[in-house]
This record gives sequence, structure tokens and C-alpha cells, in this order.
Amino acid sequence: MRTVEQTTQEVLDLAAKHFQVAQGSLAPDDDFFKKLGINSLQALELLSRLENHFGIELPDYELQGVSDFRTLASRIQSRL
Amino acid sequence: MKSFTGKTLQWNWNDGVVELTLDREPANEIGTAMLAELEKFVGAFDALAPETSVCIISSARKHGFSAGADLRELYEGAARLEGQERVASVRQFLERIHVVLNTIDEAPFVSIAAVHGICFGGGLELALVCDIIVADKMARFAFPELRLGLIPGFGGIPRLKRDVGNGFVRDLLFTGRSVNATRAQAVGLVAQLAAEGEALNVARSNAMQIKKFDPFARVTAKKFLKPLPHEELRREIDLFCELFTRPTVMATLKKFVESTDAMPYLP
Repeated sequence: MRTVEQTTQEVLDLAAKHFQVAQGSLAPDDDFFKKLGINSLQALELLSRLENHFGIELPDYELQGVSDFRTLASRIQSRL
Repeated sequence: MKSFTGKTLQWNWNDGVVELTLDREPANEIGTAMLAELEKFVGAFDALAPETSVCIISSARKHGFSAGADLRELYEGAARLEGQERVASVRQFLERIHVVLNTIDEAPFVSIAAVHGICFGGGLELALVCDIIVADKMARFAFPELRLGLIPGFGGIPRLKRDVGNGFVRDLLFTGRSVNATRAQAVGLVAQLAAEGEALNVARSNAMQIKKFDPFARVTAKKFLKPLPHEELRREIDLFCELFTRPTVMATLKKFVESTDAMPYLP
């Protein structure tokens, strides 16, 4: 079982890879919309990638109002 | 007409396969312009059918197959009208899109939706008329209409019920959530999964196989396997129009189309 810290790091690594930003340039409390400059459609792409990576389903309504990686990781953690 | 390039889509016939490509910025929202060109497409079926084995529907847009109905156009068109005129306008649009989708659904050739990215609302309803859905493994499917106080209006509920269990239909409708391609395949909505960026190629590979079969046997099987749920389709239009008269719908649509948030407002 992953710890929430491991999950958070995997989320950061995956987001960095998908949106082609330098590994290590993203932090848990970053606003991913602002930091990555993404829109809602791109956020859904990230969601699909996260679901495939973690082997879970994360309903998009659980992401309503979520914009930082730490909270996103905690939502994922609750589904692992 | 074997090929056509319009403002929202194009089609091209080659060796028994007609490929329809949706291509409207930003994500193939289905409004009056795309509807008119889809009408042109199905209008060509009588001429195409005798020498066509397969139709493949896909998208040229990066973000996906289709985000669904053009909600901005729907809202702005409805806001200019009131009362019965407003409902009549919505009903007219629905009647037209139902003719198009029913024609594709019953076409005397095999239809394949090659889906990538988002396939939401009216976009999912378009995919559902196809005989086979091939999905990129990053595709997502949703019916978010209840989040707007509506139900799908392009035949989505009857067609989804035709293909999958009612439990999944309720999950999709009542939560408004989007599901990934793996889940969609597990419940029977998606027939085949493709690697990222490969849905169209997989659809073309299917077409090459399907072309080998006797056309009469293919049409006979299709009629037997996939009857149109006429009564439910009619009922869905009525229910959509009833719901559209409720003030909460226009209020929610207004909030949605005017949202400038990164994630537009949805309850």
C-alpha cells in the first residue's frame, strides 16, 4: 500500500511527464491549473492518465474545487 | 457525393469505406452548423450504400471525439425566445438530429466510432448510434445532462439501455461522472480498446475485415441485432422538452456558459 506521500510524488511525476515540464519543478501545494496552464479538458486528460496509472476510478465530481496536487493525491489515496 | 469538406466535418469514400471526420473547434460541439452538415452526410447515404461496407466516424480535434451539444448556442438561441417558441425551437433541433442519428443507426453498412479523448453528452449519443465503438485507452465517456437539469436529448438513454445494463446507465446518468475507456469496455459500451492515438487505425483494421463479408448477410444481421427503440426515442424528445421549460435549466445553462473558471461550473 502506497503512503499518501508516495502517491503525491507519483502524481507530480506523472503530471510533469504528461505536460512536459521539468521533473521536480512541481510542488504538492501548486495550483495545477495555474502552474501547468491547463484547462478543464486537459485536466480530464490528467485524470485519465492518473486513473490508468493507479488502476482506480476517480469520479470527476470529486475534483470539483480541487486545484492543488496534494488534495488531488488525497482523493486518489482514498480510492486505492 | 463521395467526398465533402465543410466547416465542421468532412467525409471521404475510398474502396468501400466512408470516413466521416468531425472537425470543429474547440471540441466538436454539435450545433446547427454541424447538424446541417450531418444532414448532408446522411443525405448521401442512398448513393453511397450500394458500394459501402463500413462507415468510420472519428474526430480531428485534439481534445476528443466530441464535447456534445453546443451549449452556448443552445443557451443563446433559447434566451432570445420565450415560452412555447423556446420549446418549439429546441424540439425542432432535436427532431432534426434524431433523423440524422436514426439514419446512421439503421444504415445498411457497419458503422464504427473511433473515439479518443472526451466523448460527452451529444458526442456519446453520436458514438452510440454506431455498431462498434473503438476507444483510445485515454478516452472518457459521460452523460453530464442531469448536472444541467436535463436528460440526454439525442437518443442517448434508449440507445445506452439497448447496449448495456441498466445499473451502469443509472450510474452514468445520476452521478453525471465521466468514466474511462477501461470501465466503458468492462460494461460493454466500448467494443475494443486501442493504444493512445491508435483508435482510427484499429477502426480501419476492423473495416478491412468487415468488408470481406457478404453485404446481404451483414444487413440481415444488423436489422436482427439492432432494432431502433422508436417509442423510447420519441418519449425522450418529449421529456427533454418538458424539462427544458423549467427555469432552473436556463439558469444553470447561463451559469455554465458564462463561467470563466478553469473548470466550468457544474453541480
